Amino acid sequence: MKRTLFVTAMVMFGATAVLAQSDAIAQRRALMKENGKAAQAIAAMLKGAPFDLATVQASLKTFVNAAQKAPALFPDDSKTGGDTHALPAIWENKADFNAHFAKLGDDATAALATIKDAASLKATMANFFDDCGSCHQTYRAKLN
Amino acid sequence: MKKLLSVVLLGVALSSALVGWLLSSPRPLYARDDWRAYEEGGDAERGRLVFLVGGCPSCHMTPGQPDPLRLGGGYRLKTPFGSFFPPNISPDERDGIGDWKVVDLANALLAGVSPEGTHYYPALPYTSYRRMTLSDVRDLMAYLRTLSKVSGRAPQHRLAFPFSIRRAVGLWKLIYLGPPGLPPDPSRSETWNRGRYLVEGPGHCAECHSPRDMFGGIIASRRFAGGVTPDGKGKAPNLTQAAKGFAEWSKEDVETALSLGLTPSGDSLGGDMAAEVRNLKQLPEADLQAMAEYIKSLPPIP
Repeated sequence: MKRTLFVTAMVMFGATAVLAQSDAIAQRRALMKENGKAAQAIAAMLKGAPFDLATVQASLKTFVNAAQKAPALFPDDSKTGGDTHALPAIWENKADFNAHFAKLGDDATAALATIKDAASLKATMANFFDDCGSCHQTYRAKLN
Repeated sequence: MKKLLSVVLLGVALSSALVGWLLSSPRPLYARDDWRAYEEGGDAERGRLVFLVGGCPSCHMTPGQPDPLRLGGGYRLKTPFGSFFPPNISPDERDGIGDWKVVDLANALLAGVSPEGTHYYPALPYTSYRRMTLSDVRDLMAYLRTLSKVSGRAPQHRLAFPFSIRRAVGLWKLIYLGPPGLPPDPSRSETWNRGRYLVEGPGHCAECHSPRDMFGGIIASRRFAGGVTPDGKGKAPNLTQAAKGFAEWSKEDVETALSLGLTPSGDSLGGDMAAEVRNLKQLPEADLQAMAEYIKSLPPIP
């Protein structure tokens, strides 16, 4: 009886650990998906869709949110599984990796203050997405 | 009888070697002695655009530092043939190309031949650069001369035998190097032709986005049907109209990918393409539109 309880407890402990790990992966993938939608909305305006301040600000707040939450979603036990595209380089260069998110957050916060119209949108966002690209360049597995 | 056979075999071997030697001769496009004719008139501002679409920093920028205009070379390019170390192309007279004339850059980029008359390995994608105009090369040189001098030479390439026999590149070129230049197609628009020049010439997109054979040459019938990065680790997608997903992109979508690095779903291009986007986005909008038009016209190759 004691042994059964002990084994069950260990299995549940293991299962929760696995769930927690896959939870981190699922959460960060969800954040990135939100980033993609936010980027889409801004790209549409850069390509000529009517400027809408509320939409722009919502997108930028999405980036700020992702930048704040993401660093904690790469624990040491989340390197594989869950269809993650995270590269081992992340855990070899954690400080630099986190700095990319910090920069994204800073740039998005600054953009919230600067963007008022289509012209300021174009000026500010022309190079904004380099923040995404520069991280994906080193830390995300090349997609098929 | 045996002696005669030996003599005949020796004769065959020597003649083959001689023929091989002659066939593999470096063939510069311009005579160095004529350098004065090509030296003047380069525009550094136009040259900067050639530099950006040519992607020079991707291979030649000094590794381990963020400035793409420090071209000290030395990045380790791992390939199936060994490791290449792109050289210092800063205007340093001793360690870079500071003592080069325009004609030297032309022979390097358009013929893959060094000022000393030896072959460059096609890790330098002169198979594409060969389509560039002399005018663009002259402008590029004017721009390169404005950049900082960087001292220090890159290491020698580390290549496995027989790829270490530099002269053999001459035979490779006989098979894989097409004619120089790119005459415009009069049945197509100016924009399409401009796009084709940028993509097939300095842009050298096909060099990553095409499959290669065992000798490292692009398989011509499958040009743009997708390839791998030089280190073999990343995939460069199929850009033809048979590509799943990509074929549905509009011209504007392709232009957005080049100018913002974003796909239609808002994903941000990563891998080796992220660095190219940082260069390409600085090109005039008309050039990116032209490249997008050409890419969207690539016939389907599954």
